[in-house]
Amino acid sequence: MIEYFNIFIKSIFIDNMIFAYFLGMCSYLAVSRTVKTSSGLGLAVMFVLVITVPVNYLIDNYLLKKGALSWLGDSFANLDLSFLSFIMFIAVIASMVQLVEMVVEKVSPPLYSALGIFLPLIAVNCAILGGSLFMQEREYNNIGEAFSFGLGSGVGWWLAIVSIAAIREKIKYSQVPAPLRGLGITFIITGLMGIAFMSFLGIKI
Amino acid sequence: MFSLKNIRLITQPLNNDNPITIQVLGVCSALAVTVKLKPAFVMAVSVIVVTALSNWVTSLLRKTIPPRIRIIVQLTIIALLVILVDQFLKAFVFDVSKQLSVFVGLIITNCIVMGRLEAFAMANKPWQSLLDGFGNGLGYGIILIIVAFFRELLGSGTLWNYKVIPDAFYNAGYFDNGFMILPPMALILVGAIIWVQRYRNKDLIDKS
Repeated sequence: MIEYFNIFIKSIFIDNMIFAYFLGMCSYLAVSRTVKTSSGLGLAVMFVLVITVPVNYLIDNYLLKKGALSWLGDSFANLDLSFLSFIMFIAVIASMVQLVEMVVEKVSPPLYSALGIFLPLIAVNCAILGGSLFMQEREYNNIGEAFSFGLGSGVGWWLAIVSIAAIREKIKYSQVPAPLRGLGITFIITGLMGIAFMSFLGIKI
Repeated sequence: MFSLKNIRLITQPLNNDNPITIQVLGVCSALAVTVKLKPAFVMAVSVIVVTALSNWVTSLLRKTIPPRIRIIVQLTIIALLVILVDQFLKAFVFDVSKQLSVFVGLIITNCIVMGRLEAFAMANKPWQSLLDGFGNGLGYGIILIIVAFFRELLGSGTLWNYKVIPDAFYNAGYFDNGFMILPPMALILVGAIIWVQRYRNKDLIDKS
């Protein structure tokens, strides 16, 4: 049980998607003007990561990896389809996003109207594909670990976008040099927040 | 073929319509690969190839792609090209391909590629689209090279893995700035590039 928790904490703070790997920066910069919308986008990203990372884990381990097809019989045991992983992962993500959109629309209309406009955008958010590719590269042992990695990354992304949005709401009232206004200062603040997050590197888990 | 209008398709993204600093597209992968010049250069070339060719292919198919499923079709085209690039890198420059790790795959979701397909290739002729893709890839590459140049020079005292800062400096008490190698400095450097660019061209300054 403790190792799941370790992966969860590690992917929130130490391997934070935004501050350590810059994944999902495009939507992070574009949608972080107000706390409310950015929280909605953060929740949607978390939601999709939690679903796609475990699903892609199963696909990677039972279809694509070298020897993953051995359950079909001996003649398939040496097949290595891992060069197909990009196209498989992106297909899973695009279809999952579509599916999640339809399910949420049926089950919970309030949540749908809150997330609605962000869901289609998420299919091309680097953080989602990045989550699956990191899952593949780090070779997690079982689906539970992949799940806690997906959840942790999602929480970390949400945390990052909500905190930058809160800072941007306040920075409207300060005297930023004109050429830095908007995009430039957001980059620099993100860098400073990244430095702050690096203090978590000392945690040994 | 190379009329003034077509040339502008290449030069605009280098300066006033830069994909990273003005359009804010494709920042995701731009920052993580810039610790050293060599991976940054390889990444830049890969992105140029993918943007140019995917723009061209999409433009050829633009009248046959049904609008409702265009995102999936575009993603398939991009993913195919990225797989080719990835296999090529693995075969010929394996060490760089290891350093770039997941970021080659992330070209698929690089917003530059999708953005240009949506904004340009779906509505323009193949040759113009090829030039536009090439120009935007180049604009992306330029920023990558600038950031990587400063990070490698100040962070490790080397350029393209060759030592450029003489030993005499180190003996006199010069230290490499280890901070430059860490991820946050990439963000701050891009912030500084934006600052310089907008200072020189006042039209680009954010109104709000």
